[in-house]
Amino acid sequence: MASAEIDVKYVANLARLALTPDEEKQLGAQLGSILGYIEKLRELDVSGVEPTAHAVPMVNITRTDEIRPSLPHEDALRNAPRQAGGLFIVPKVVE
Amino acid sequence: MLNQLTISELTAKLAKREVSARAATQACLDQIARVDGKIHAFLSFDAADALAQADAADKRIAAGEKNFLLGVPIAVKDVLAVKNQPLNCASKILGNFTSTYDATVIEKLKAAGAIVFGRLNMDEFAMGSSTENSAFGLTRNPWDLTRIPGGSSGGSAAAVAADECIASLGSDTGGSIRQPAALCGCVGLKPTYGRISRYGLVAFASSLDQIGPFTKDVRDAAILLGTMSGVDPRDSTSVPQPVPDYTKALTGDIRGVKLGLPKEYMIGGLDAEVKAAVDAAVKKYSELGAEIVEISLPHTDYAVATYYIIATAEASANLARFDGIRYGARVEGNDPIELYAKTRGAGFGPEVKRRIILGTYVLSSGYHDAYYLHAQKVRTLIRNDFLKAFEKVDAIVTPTTPTAAFKAGEKSDDPLQMYLSDIFTISCNLAGIPGISVPCGFTKNPKLPIGLQLLGKPFGEESLLKIAHAYEQNSPWQKEKAAI
Repeated sequence: MASAEIDVKYVANLARLALTPDEEKQLGAQLGSILGYIEKLRELDVSGVEPTAHAVPMVNITRTDEIRPSLPHEDALRNAPRQAGGLFIVPKVVE
Repeated sequence: MLNQLTISELTAKLAKREVSARAATQACLDQIARVDGKIHAFLSFDAADALAQADAADKRIAAGEKNFLLGVPIAVKDVLAVKNQPLNCASKILGNFTSTYDATVIEKLKAAGAIVFGRLNMDEFAMGSSTENSAFGLTRNPWDLTRIPGGSSGGSAAAVAADECIASLGSDTGGSIRQPAALCGCVGLKPTYGRISRYGLVAFASSLDQIGPFTKDVRDAAILLGTMSGVDPRDSTSVPQPVPDYTKALTGDIRGVKLGLPKEYMIGGLDAEVKAAVDAAVKKYSELGAEIVEISLPHTDYAVATYYIIATAEASANLARFDGIRYGARVEGNDPIELYAKTRGAGFGPEVKRRIILGTYVLSSGYHDAYYLHAQKVRTLIRNDFLKAFEKVDAIVTPTTPTAAFKAGEKSDDPLQMYLSDIFTISCNLAGIPGISVPCGFTKNPKLPIGLQLLGKPFGEESLLKIAHAYEQNSPWQKEKAAI
């Protein structure tokens, strides 16, 4: 495993999470000790062990390709922070 | 006091027309008015709507309808969608969100006649073990108001323990039903992964989350499990396994049942009074005709570390949807990325941020194999430990928690210590097996509930409930009430 150091600023950017300098400092220290604890997994030899993604694996669950009722347009919009004309309003994406 | 009744006691009285659903609902609302100022189990509730549902139930009862939950007031953790009710996950980021549809479990409860009311406090996005991570204030333990009720479903446990509702729903990702049930002195059941549809449950860690009931006795847990179980086309991880009448399993006869005691659970941090209570429960099982077998779950010591990789990784992906675009609160930015980051920075609390950062890190380029894939392999070893143990025993007996309820503030500055308080409950979610916590005694001074955890085979809820029920019928703890 990697060293128990997190570049909090870099990871926060990946997570799209704005942190204050104080938060960055505090999280760095706390995550350092959590990662230190997690290092104990290195003791285990897992070569040849299959990973478990789900404890009760269900594969290829499909449904028939039929039109079914879906969320009404106005319901989909009713919790939006900003909306107009039946659309979500977002900052400009392209110049 | 109608609010103190169990589901089976209340429905029997309703069927005989001794009482009305309105009176039972009013009794719960009166109890909330009397005690919830101290306990703060509820984030909100709509009294008029609850009474309107009660009146509708009374009409159905008068018309001769019989149903498992007809007229029974049941409160809900703030993580499940109930149409047109608020849904906040005890977080600021959801703003004034109200659900546009019912979760599958809510549909099922309503169809069975339940009065679904109230939003119960929790750790923000179900991340925590004390309910101290709620953005809307602490919930107090009904047995001692200076102590935490456990978490993340702390409000669900406290509301049942304080008789503010007949039963409640919660969710369990690493112990979030069983641990607060133990600390508040009620029954809490986490079903097998896939037993209950997760549709309408806000996802924390999708491969670990299950919905389950908080109840005043094991029979009620069996009733609610039967009502809520079954395959659902809207949750592709729900399993098409037949749903039995779980109450039929409660025969009281456990002669010849084999119970496993994992030697790895007798750890240093286990409180002496908790250990004594669990030892006494095991002795009781022996008297009831069960055979006690020592077993080994050799990878127990790795469960917490495995959990905090897998759960945070899944959470970091699941919580990406809270970005200020389609619902909830928003902090404006000059471009979408800035808007996302500012919204999430302002909307999430410290524990959620901590887990998002950890989860993002263990999934990030260069670390995925070292952490996430490695943890998934250890998960296999942990699951295999259980499957091997279940070749020899019918269920596994452990303490639910290493100690009774701790004081508010005691562990909130040390996340790792808080994580380690889940040491006995976490493996169950990694293995996907069912687990239940039932009261098994009290500490002396102060008097605080102690929980006994029973873990069962995948889809072995009938056997698990039978074993839990047999103990409950032969112990005095369930009848004790907190003085509030």
